[in-house]
Amino acid sequence: MAGQERINPQNDDRTPDDDAEAPAPAPQAADRDAEVDSLLEEIDEVLESNAESFVRGFVQKGGQ
Amino acid sequence: MGIETEYGVLSPGRPMANPMLMSSQVVTTYRALVQDGRPGHPPARWDYDDEDPLADARGFHLDRAAAHPSLLTDDPSQPAPSGPASAQVGAAPTGAAEVPATPESLERPETEDYDDPSAANCILTNGARLYVDHAHPEYSSPEVTNPRDAVVWDVAGERVMLAASRHLAQVPGTEIVLYKNNVDGKGASYGTHENYLVDRDLPFATLAELVTAFLVTRQVFTGSGRVGLGQTGDEPGFQLSQRADYIEAEIGLETTLRRPIVNTRDEPHADRTRWRRLHLILGDANHLEVATYLKLGTTSLVLWVLEHLDDLAAVGVPARAELSRLRLADPVPAVRRVSRDLDLTAELDLADGTTATALEIQRRCVDLVERALAALGSDEESDAVVTRWRGVLDRLGADPMSCARDVEWVAKLRLLERLRTRDGLDWDHPRLGALDLQWSDVRPERGIYHRLLSSDAVDRITTEEDVARAVHHPPTDTRAWFRGEVMERYADEVSAASWDSVIFDVAGAASLQRVPMPDPLRGTAQHIGRLLDASPDATALLTGLRGDA
Repeated sequence: MAGQERINPQNDDRTPDDDAEAPAPAPQAADRDAEVDSLLEEIDEVLESNAESFVRGFVQKGGQ
Repeated sequence: MGIETEYGVLSPGRPMANPMLMSSQVVTTYRALVQDGRPGHPPARWDYDDEDPLADARGFHLDRAAAHPSLLTDDPSQPAPSGPASAQVGAAPTGAAEVPATPESLERPETEDYDDPSAANCILTNGARLYVDHAHPEYSSPEVTNPRDAVVWDVAGERVMLAASRHLAQVPGTEIVLYKNNVDGKGASYGTHENYLVDRDLPFATLAELVTAFLVTRQVFTGSGRVGLGQTGDEPGFQLSQRADYIEAEIGLETTLRRPIVNTRDEPHADRTRWRRLHLILGDANHLEVATYLKLGTTSLVLWVLEHLDDLAAVGVPARAELSRLRLADPVPAVRRVSRDLDLTAELDLADGTTATALEIQRRCVDLVERALAALGSDEESDAVVTRWRGVLDRLGADPMSCARDVEWVAKLRLLERLRTRDGLDWDHPRLGALDLQWSDVRPERGIYHRLLSSDAVDRITTEEDVARAVHHPPTDTRAWFRGEVMERYADEVSAASWDSVIFDVAGAASLQRVPMPDPLRGTAQHIGRLLDASPDATALLTGLRGDA
């Protein structure tokens, strides 16, 4: 890596898919919607049933 | 390089639970979990001797009495409180402390230090530090040399938090759920900080001046997305970044108030004559592995260009002039503007009077980095970062929604938009806010990111085997290897440790033995592995180290 720590130029134990590959071609809009709909069905099952009280109750102290 | 992450902490059904106490329970629970079966040796403390949170990279030192109390993080007897919404601080110049260079003996204290629960601390065998920072459990990853390892040990931190949470959930009344995010939507923000080792020869003013435009615009691929606009999220809508609304200064020392784009804390945790540690506090906590990979990889490459401005000028790459032309007219408002620019078409005013979009600024950065690598010599890992960087910029330019597999805000927005359409919800509907928060729940059965992961809807950089190993084992090619391995092999003889030291307390020895580690690239498996393998106990190790010195 030509970063600030130039000590790891050759790292042969990486698996082939570590490196940048051409990403899968973007699916068509209709396919995308169908994919998202099926994800949403799954998410419906895990999403907090009382969303309003969950969101209201999520209170944190400020940090760094 | 490395990443520190403060996790959100929540106790279901106990709204009044004390967050500092809960954070402490997370740390002590994990500590007990990994010490399972070992005798009751007092756990190794954190060694604060080299910590100096008030040293400013601009060459001065913030006076302790003038500093906001939330910045005083180096005194375990008085844990720093949370930061307020706003405050005034002043600065006074003093000298900087020297870093010790040789092994040394320390007086053994007469009494054990008081183990304050709000200063709970655990040095992990993977070289990381798990502790309570303000009112959050924080996982500070071990030092790594490349962005892929940064992802591996960052995800390992999620598993550490999950293990603590699972264990606490077994006891009725102590359930604690942890969230890897940065905002509560009520005004509070907590950080995900990146650290980069930078050559001290690069003047800080040059670094800050030339890196800012890159940092402001990288959120187009590093943002994890947020429901709600403004610090308290009272304005309905969606934005690219969790942290953008909390960035209020161009440059500065503070981390808990008036948070800056470029933080000036000059606490290198290393030989300060050779290095500085660039501490960046503007980034989001990322779940998408590609987002973390690109965040660390691209930032590291831009810093490498900055370290080589003169070398590049000599070979005909005018990096200084090119980066100078990218300077923004008004960087702080630009952070918000980019974060609200979901179409990625907003024109930002540059200091030279022209305008450019965030994507154009990023394209000019990747072009420059690519030419710099071609001129000075590249390597496989750097080329891989550049290829991914350019690829994601091209796809974001063509159609942002095509990037749902590797850009976190897009992955989140895609779900939210479809949910809005399906159920006819406005942006202020609590189901959208709930999805945003639950996105970062570390539990696979509840976390929305984890649902995407199990449905193969997002790209991965790591494998589960890599991550499982990294939960317990350090990277081999930095001093984190020494820190992690001595915790694994000689935990009962380690009295304290820090980023740049380990203090041994060996039975029968007249004094404590402090081993300094001012060089982050020494103490590696290659450098010292044989000595550790040949040392059955810390006494043998220390004898070996003295022979080395």
